[in-house]
Formats: sequence, structure tokens, C-alpha cells
Amino acid sequence: MKQQELIRLVLVALVFGLLALLPLIPANDRLMALAVPIAMYAVLATSWSLFSGPTHYISLATAAFYGVGAYTLANGLEVFSYPLLLLMAALLGGGLAALVGMTTLRLSGVYFVIFTLGLAELIRQLVTWYQNNFTGSRGSYVFTDITEAQIYWQLLGLLALVFLLGWLINRSRLGFAIRIIGNDELVARHSGINTARTKVLLFILSGAFAAVVGAVMAPRFVYVEPSMAFSPQLSFMVVVMALLGGVHRLWGPLLGVVPFAIVWELIAANFPGQTVLFMGLAFLVVVYFIPQGVAGVLEQQLHKIRQRRGG
Amino acid sequence: MVILLTGLFLGGIYALIAMGLSLQYGVARIMNLASGEMLVAGAFAGFWVYTAFSVSPYVALFFVVPLAFAFNWLIYNWLLLPLVRRAKNRGQLEVDSILATFGMSFVLVGVMLMAFGGSYFSYSWLARPIELLGSNYSQNRVLAFAVAAVICGGLYLLINRTRLGLSIRAVAVDPRAAGLVAIDVKKVAALTFALGGAVAAAGGTLLSTFLTFDASIGVVFTIKALVIVIMGGVGDIRGAIVAALALGLAETLVATLLDPGLTLAAAYLLFILILLFRPQGLFGRSAL
Amino acid sequence: MNKPTVLEVRNLTRRFGGLVAVNNISFDVHEHEVVGLIGPNGSGKTTTMNLISGALPPSSGEIWLGDTCISRLPARRIARSGVARTFQLVRMLPSLSILENVKAGAVFGHQQLWGSELDHHARRLLERVGVMHDPDAPTSSLTYIDQKRVELARALASNPRVLLLDEWLAGLNPTELQQGIELIADLRDEGRTILLVEHVMDAIRSLCDRCVVMSSGSKISEGGTEDVLSDAAVIEAYLGKDDE
Repeated sequence: MKQQELIRLVLVALVFGLLALLPLIPANDRLMALAVPIAMYAVLATSWSLFSGPTHYISLATAAFYGVGAYTLANGLEVFSYPLLLLMAALLGGGLAALVGMTTLRLSGVYFVIFTLGLAELIRQLVTWYQNNFTGSRGSYVFTDITEAQIYWQLLGLLALVFLLGWLINRSRLGFAIRIIGNDELVARHSGINTARTKVLLFILSGAFAAVVGAVMAPRFVYVEPSMAFSPQLSFMVVVMALLGGVHRLWGPLLGVVPFAIVWELIAANFPGQTVLFMGLAFLVVVYFIPQGVAGVLEQQLHKIRQRRGG
Repeated sequence: MVILLTGLFLGGIYALIAMGLSLQYGVARIMNLASGEMLVAGAFAGFWVYTAFSVSPYVALFFVVPLAFAFNWLIYNWLLLPLVRRAKNRGQLEVDSILATFGMSFVLVGVMLMAFGGSYFSYSWLARPIELLGSNYSQNRVLAFAVAAVICGGLYLLINRTRLGLSIRAVAVDPRAAGLVAIDVKKVAALTFALGGAVAAAGGTLLSTFLTFDASIGVVFTIKALVIVIMGGVGDIRGAIVAALALGLAETLVATLLDPGLTLAAAYLLFILILLFRPQGLFGRSAL
Repeated sequence: MNKPTVLEVRNLTRRFGGLVAVNNISFDVHEHEVVGLIGPNGSGKTTTMNLISGALPPSSGEIWLGDTCISRLPARRIARSGVARTFQLVRMLPSLSILENVKAGAVFGHQQLWGSELDHHARRLLERVGVMHDPDAPTSSLTYIDQKRVELARALASNPRVLLLDEWLAGLNPTELQQGIELIADLRDEGRTILLVEHVMDAIRSLCDRCVVMSSGSKISEGGTEDVLSDAAVIEAYLGKDDE
């Protein structure tokens, strides 16, 4: 058992090492243009499912956290150092998640979805209003010497961190508690679990990751303005990718992110008007045909093959 | 006074839209996040009737309502009923129906984008002033409010005074017990869902007479309707009406005194206050 | 009775709107005692259980566990102070394995274990309640009585000071019922303190040292099981008044 885990760890490290070499391929502009969003969505979708996977609370707040992160970087760049800004983004994103969580997570799932659905839009309106009335400019420029490759490496690092944390959580009391809550909150409470705190804690974690991703991605925008930073579409992308991949396994969302992002880029390039339709169809496909995600389908097939071999 | 009446007029339409959603959630147990898109479809119908035939956009209601009713009936029976059947518990149905109606909402937006493009639409009809209590209001808003009030009243009578209304209320309280007293729960749920969709589309036609809209604006109205339903208490028509008027008022206040860009923020402020202090709704009794 | 009191219910009342579901109830449960909470349907027994376990807050009155007042605490704190319960309709955690279902009771509650200690503890308990199934299988593969056993094991896992059993024997067939009664009798013999809501008269007679009888929210009788069951008021509550 221990040896098996070690082998798995080495394998994962190897894959990450290989992926890290990607930017070294010469003349890689088009490759990187695909690799960066994939890496970004991989971090967002995996950290999203840390919370939403076991609890089934559908969070649409990703865009809000992401925007907060992007804004933290854009506005703080002249004052603070870059690593400090990433930390601040994490704290602000986590703080926002804590507020939202404490307001809504003691109530039922519907309230939570509705609240997060409008959260990005709410913050966008507030930021726009503030900028119109107090700063006079609609956005801010982000000039850094951070290259595309560096953004990619940072995202890859974040992904490794999410995986490490997710793995640790799954083995911890916190992970056990959240699984019990996802099954039956009443039983959880009567078993002595502080359900509200557990849920808020994991939501903070996923919020903090989304904010850091926003901060890391900000230099890529060059010009950060509200309607871009708080685009609600991002939240839906993350949800559909994670569910498509399967949220009951740590590696599940990845299986959704890679194919979806590639198809998405293809459609956006060739039929720019049809992306919304595609997104809608993807949602319907997930709900009606693969509710357990690609990971679930794979596991079922593996199980069948094993049974056939065994019996 | 101007703010009060303008807010009231807006709130009347919100009440109509929220009622549609409240029926769908309270009776059919489906949180329909594609409700805003039905509304936008109704708005396009009003626009089309007026610009193509130069007749009153209210004419559109005659085909919008039956069409939306039939369309939503089909959606319920084909797409949502399978989810109801496979759900092991209420929580799973909730998640499934949220995701499925999100999907439908995007598909509808996509189809409307294909059909009408991404630009903004508005038309000018009855944009003459009318004097009420010493100030001027545009006639189209006043009329829309009046029609909304009539439809709301009709719904209220339907639900509280008819046999069908009685079965709707019974299913809302307890679908299993309703089934035991020989109410066809599936049929009532499908009818109510269809009715809710028709109401939302009618609301859209009314809105189109005085509001600029585009293919993807639906989600804004979905959010507002949801906020109203929760503020009013799920399934509580009286609460929904009061909440809708409160929201219309709050939005008008914020738009006039602060900034028109902050209307959603106003809705959210109300929402947060309700969630913090009265999560069971304005008039709801505290849960058992 | 010189045994120390473990659970003390004082003037407990719970109203739902105008309905008084539990009306000014008081009783004690002593250490190593099995007390039956009985009465006709709708008399407020399950509500009382919900009030003790913290699923509902009481409208007034107090509940003491040893020298801690638990009546204002949230359910999780009550669980941690040593009250464990089963549910009227058995509640499994469907996506967890059988073993994990039992473990769930021993990590966050009155007794908090982890690692191999937790593993041994949970396996021992499964054996104790007589579940012979593969502990790593899903709970959906269990029969009804085995699910009830797993739920009992989960409640026992926290080593509670008081165990609340809400109609744990309901819905079992005669053979299973016999096994169930024996199991609870075993728990009594090993010194557990148990408060149980039950309708099965055989079980009440053979298991309970004392009974508290409720009717329409009020306590109408309390005492040794045989005495209580032959009490005229109790018979009347169950069977109705005998008008000559």
C-alpha cells in the first residue's frame, strides 16, 4: 500500500516535470495560447471541486474571486512586491469567501447558488461605480515583465499545490468531515461535526485559489477593467468543466478541463457566436448523460473489465 | 413621490415575473434558472409584433402566452420529469434541476443570439407622458403596470378560488399526500410549470414596451425574480408581491439618487439583509 | 436508587406555533439504566428525543447531562458532551463504506480517534453489533437490520454517556426483532445508559428498567416498567377510555 502510493507520487511528479518543459519548445506561441488557459482552468476547476465536489453546493462565485485577485494585482503593483500581492490576493479572496460562506452556507443549496450567481455582477457594479465616481478611470494598466511561460509555470505550481492540499485534505479529519456533511448534514451534526465551519473553511480555500489565479493571470490582460475581470462566464466554465470531468475524484476535473478547453478554443475561433449555445449543450450533456463525469464513466468501464477478467 | 410611483410600476412587473418563478419552484419543485430567457423571448415577440406589423405589442400576448405555456409544458415533461424520477432525494433534484435549467438558459440565449444577433433592442410605443398626482409618467409604464396587476389578480383568483388552484396548493404543501387524495401530481406540476413559464413570457412582453433589452439580459431578471421569491418566502404570493414592490422601489431609489449602474447591488443588499435576518421570508413563520 | 443521575430533564417544553408538542416534561435517567419513553403516536416522544439531542431547541426548560446544561447547546456540542442517537428512519451515509459509516461516529464526537486506533475501534464495533458483511462494501449492499446495526455501531462509536434509540426496533421481522432485543440487552449488561422510544411491548418489558409515559405532550406516568404498564391512566391513553 505504502509502496503503491510512493510510485503514484513519483509518477505525478514526473508528469508535472514533463509539463513544465512545455514552454521550452521553440516557436510555441500557439501551444502556449492553449496551454495557459488549460492550466488556469485546471487550477480553478480542481480547487472548485475541493469544496463543491463533496458538498454539492454549486458555487458560481469563481469569477468574483478571480476578479478580486486580478484587481489586487493591478492596483497594488506600484506599491507592493509581486509575491506579497499574490498573498494579498489569497487573503482577500479567502476573506470574501468567508463572508459569503457565513451568510449563505448555513442555508440550503438554492440560496447559495443564487447568491454566488450574482456575486461577480454585484462586485463588478460596485467597482465600476467606485471607479467612475472616485478614480475617474475605468480600468488600470498592468505593465510587468512577466512572460507567458512564467505565468504558465506559476499556474502549474498552483496546480501542484492544489493537488497536494487536496490529497492531504482527503486523508485528514477535515476531508472526512466534509464527506459526511455531503452525505447527510443532520448525521454530521449529531456526530459532533461543526458543519458550518467545515464548509466555510473549504470554501475559503477554493476562493483563495481562484483569487491567486486571477492575480497570476492579470499581467496577461495588460488592461484590467471590471467587465473583463468579473466576467460571469468564467464561473460557468469552471462548473461545467469540473462536472464534466467528475468531482468525486481529485483528478476528475482535469479530464473535463483539457477536452473542454480545446473544443472551446476551436469553437471560439471558428464560430465566435456559438460559444453560449455550446456551453448550454455541455451542461445538458453532463446532467443527462454523464452525471458522474468522465472519471465516473472510466471507473465503471475499468470495473467491468476487471470483473470480466476476474470472473 | 415620483420615485415611489416609478418604483411601484417597476415592482408590479417584477411581481409578475417572480410569481411565475414562485409557482415553478413551489409546486413543480424546479428552481428554473431559465426563467429570464422565457422573459426575453416574450420581449422579442413584443418587439417583432410592433416593428413588423405596427400594431400594439400587447397583441403579442395572444400568441406568446399559449406558445410559452406549450413550450414549458414540453420542457417539463421531456427534460425535467426524468430528473424528478431519477432523483433519490430533494437535494439531488435541486442540484440536477439547477444545472439542467442553466443548460437550457444558455441554449436559449444561444438560439436567440443566432436569431436576433447580439445588439440591443428597443422600440418606442406609447412613449407619451401621462399626468398622475402632479407628475408625469410615460404611458407605456403605467399600462404595463396595470396589465401586470390584472394578470397577478387573475393568478391569485385561479389559485385561491378554483378547483385547479386547490390541487396546485395541495401539491405545493405535500406532493405525496396530494397524490393520496387522487390529485394527479405529475399533471398538476406540469401545468403549473407551464403556467409559470407563460407568466414569465408575458412579463417579458410587458417589459419590452419600455425597456431596452438584448438576447443575454435574461439572467439579470432571473436573479431579481429569485431574490424576490426568497424575500417573499417560497410559495407565498402575498410575500412575493410585497417583496417585488420593495425591490422596484429600492432600485428606483438607488438609480435616481445614487447611480443607475447599481440596481443589482440594491437588490443584493435587500437579499443579504433577508438572508441574515429573515431567511424564511418576510412573512414566513420560522421553520419547524 | 443510589446510582448517579446522568441525564436530567427539567420542565421541558416545545411549542410549534400554537401546538404544544412537549408540555413541561421532567424525568431522570440514571447511570447503567435503560429507560423507555413510551406513549401513543403523536404524544411527543420523538420531539423529546430531538430536544435532548439538540436537533431542535426547546421553548423552555432545561436538560442536564451530568453537571453540564446542554439544552441551549447546538447538536454538535451535545454530541461531544456524550449524547449519541439513532434515527427513527435509519440514516446511512450512502457514499461512504460500511466501516466509514461507523468511523463517522468516533472522530468528532465524545470520543475522538484517528488512524489505526480508529480503524480497530470501528471494526470491533461492527463485530459487536453483529455485522458480518465486508466492511469496505457500500452500505447499499446491507439488509435493513444490518443498516440499523451499522447505525447503532456509529452511535456507540463515540462511547456516549447516554444513547438515544428512536424506535430502533421498528420495521424488523420477528426473528430480527429477537436478535435486536438481545443486542440491546447485551448493551445494557455491559453498563450502557440508554433512553429508548419504542412501541414494541415485548421489547419494553424485557429491556426497560423504568418507563416514562407520554400522552399528548405531557408525562402521564413514570415508574418501574410493570407498574407503569398496568397503570389505569396509561392503559386509557393507549386504548381509550372505557365508558361503561
